[in-house]
Amino acid sequence: MPDTGTPPTPPTPPPPTDGRDRLVASLRKPGSRGQITAGVLMVVLGFAAVVQVRSNSQDAEYVGARQDELISLINSLSLASQRAENEIAQLEQTRNSLLNDTQARRTALERARQRADELGILAGTVPAVGPGVTVTVEDPDSAVGANQLINGIQELRDAGAEAIELNDTVRVVAQTSLRDGTEGGVLVDGEQITAPYVVEAIGGPHNLASALDLRRGFSYEVEQVGGAVAVARTDSIEIATVHETPTSEYANPVPTE
Amino acid sequence: MIAGLGLILGVFLGLLLQPEVPIWLQPYLPIAVVAALDAVFGALRAFLDGIFDDKVFVVSFVSNVLIAALIVYLGDQLGVGGQLSTGVIVVLGIRIFSNVAAIRRHLFHA
Repeated sequence: MPDTGTPPTPPTPPPPTDGRDRLVASLRKPGSRGQITAGVLMVVLGFAAVVQVRSNSQDAEYVGARQDELISLINSLSLASQRAENEIAQLEQTRNSLLNDTQARRTALERARQRADELGILAGTVPAVGPGVTVTVEDPDSAVGANQLINGIQELRDAGAEAIELNDTVRVVAQTSLRDGTEGGVLVDGEQITAPYVVEAIGGPHNLASALDLRRGFSYEVEQVGGAVAVARTDSIEIATVHETPTSEYANPVPTE
Repeated sequence: MIAGLGLILGVFLGLLLQPEVPIWLQPYLPIAVVAALDAVFGALRAFLDGIFDDKVFVVSFVSNVLIAALIVYLGDQLGVGGQLSTGVIVVLGIRIFSNVAAIRRHLFHA
């Protein structure tokens, strides 16, 4: 069956009877032409075998792989990479939305803080500083009372006063009440103040000043009863007193929506 | 004797040079090695039979390798490369087994 072993005539003149003897003899006496040829081919075989084994162990997975195997391999790889790309896109989207969220939250917080400041100034719960007027009302005859002051404050509010303070002691807010004191002076929120009354108002100085000087306005009224009004415009008035806001007992905000 | 030395020398050369297998050779080299192994075992059997001929050995060695590579190439072209190379390996394996059986009978008389 082996095609190598069927030459027509065996050219072996020495007659070793046995295969084993022949092998031993060849081991003892090397150098025949056949042995050299076989040796050369064995060099080739050993070389090729080692190279193949080495290259096989290098990247055993893909060397010698067939075309269809490689194609299916590439397909699965590209599927996997596609999936990974999808995941990346999704994660990026999440990240962006989170970033937007933070941004929006920060903006909302900023706006809320600003709004709180504005409302605080309006409600008189925070100190305020800004340009405005200082109105000093001299009242030698003790004739100026709550009426005149209320009118004056009203006119200042009309002219856009944002924060008003009386005599550096009382912050005037929406709930502020003024009435004449029993023995002269004025009771503001239960606090006694006396002449000279100093009204400090933050707002446009020009508007405020001209509002007080209107015909039959505050100055006129005060002068009618014998007082004197001095209006000084300033670039910076500091209103330090604050109004203690009582927690509302009865009024609740109407729920929106 | 020289054949055994040659095998060892070849292995050493391969380990020493560490050549890269060129791409075009990669599908054929394993089959070629198995085919050459078959030729070598056939030659050893013939030698033990006392009918060894170096010319026959060379021709069978080369033709075994070439035919094995040719079959693999043909299989690759036809799209049945994997199956065909498996078939070649099976056939060569059977031949190697029968050769080794004959060699064993010679060496151990069993």
